[in-house]
Amino acid sequence: MTAVGVTINGRTYSEDVEPRLLLSDFLRHTLGLTGTHVGCEHGVCGACTIRLDGDAVRSCLLLAVQADGCTIETVEGLATNGELHPLQEAFREHHALQCGFCTSGILMAAASLLEQDGTPAREEIVDMLSGHLCRCTGYEPIVDAIAEVANAS
Amino acid sequence: MKPVPFTYVRAESVEHAVETMRAHGGEAKLLAGGQSLVPALNMRLARPTMLVDLNRVPGLDRIDEKNGDIRIGALVRQSTAERTRLVRERCPLLAESLPLVGHFVTRNRGTIGGSIAHADAAAELPLALVALGGSVITTLRTISAAEFFVGHFTTVLTEDELVVATAWPRTYPGEGSAIVEFAPRHGDFALASSACVLRVEDGAVAEARLAVGSVGERPELVDAERLLGSTLDDDRVRSVGASAAAAVDPPPNLHGSPAYRRALLGTLVERAVGTAWARATGKSV
Repeated sequence: MTAVGVTINGRTYSEDVEPRLLLSDFLRHTLGLTGTHVGCEHGVCGACTIRLDGDAVRSCLLLAVQADGCTIETVEGLATNGELHPLQEAFREHHALQCGFCTSGILMAAASLLEQDGTPAREEIVDMLSGHLCRCTGYEPIVDAIAEVANAS
Repeated sequence: MKPVPFTYVRAESVEHAVETMRAHGGEAKLLAGGQSLVPALNMRLARPTMLVDLNRVPGLDRIDEKNGDIRIGALVRQSTAERTRLVRERCPLLAESLPLVGHFVTRNRGTIGGSIAHADAAAELPLALVALGGSVITTLRTISAAEFFVGHFTTVLTEDELVVATAWPRTYPGEGSAIVEFAPRHGDFALASSACVLRVEDGAVAEARLAVGSVGERPELVDAERLLGSTLDDDRVRSVGASAAAAVDPPPNLHGSPAYRRALLGTLVERAVGTAWARATGKSV
């Protein structure tokens, strides 16, 4: 077992884990943070996307031990003081989710994209979304929601 | 899907990583960005008994210019290179290749050195490195890109040899380059791809390098002699595309027959050459 200490959404956690434990399973099973979803477990679907030291990353392609000492943000940390994040608000407004399975990963990637590139063009948003599979919406409402937040900032 | 149990070693230096690999024979795997290795672990296609994590090794994340090369440390993330001005200005072919690699999120983690050492036959960075005539700098030697790649997932690296950097020849005024590929979805493995670098002097092609990818075991340079010596016209570009297509024998896959992939390659070669010419001269073919 290897010790892992991380800060997630502002709270610190210390656990002993097996080196083979994926960060996605560490979040969900060890810590009970089930907002991060697990789809394909090989980096294709994007459902497990979180932010590691600010960068959007696939949590299924990292070992929990690799995150030792890092700061993590998950979808549970997006809303502050009961107020939805502007992206969450826009997703609701535009009906950008139905079953919601892909949503947490897309929100984390979109938040990172907007921070990096305040007003991405619609094509850039579409390009970013190529790394996320959604089987409900047909993507257009998701693009609309992210574009609205981009244009508002 | 869970990886098999393994021992995890966080390498503290390049020497530490090399010593650990040497002590563990062929059973250990190096972990860089993990965007190809971890899927293989999750699916248990890879079953190493030890993982040597390079991510905290200092000194492998620099980008600098040296003797006409852009030298990129093995651990530089693909997204970092993508945003680096030196890369965009001096090595436009690499800058054009990076957005084709995986997705926005995977590039935040994936490394330049990892993609090169992984040597996927459909990967963009190996193709670009071969087209540019770049090289791979390891703990033991410097290897030209054309010699580095042996086959799909196979390089000339020995078991205890580590890629420390890659060297990408810079582009000078009068040169133009382009990389093009076709994949069913953005970020997927390409069915065919091509990269071209042209140097134009007095309106004529003085030097041409053309490479094709995804259609064989490794990225290959193809004969581009026909491009030399004068301005490019449609006929010449088309004949180079046709001969490149005739020279490959891609296997069928879910998305295309060998004939389809060959025809696709011909078109992509034409586009790569035509775009490189346009960028070098400001004129279309």
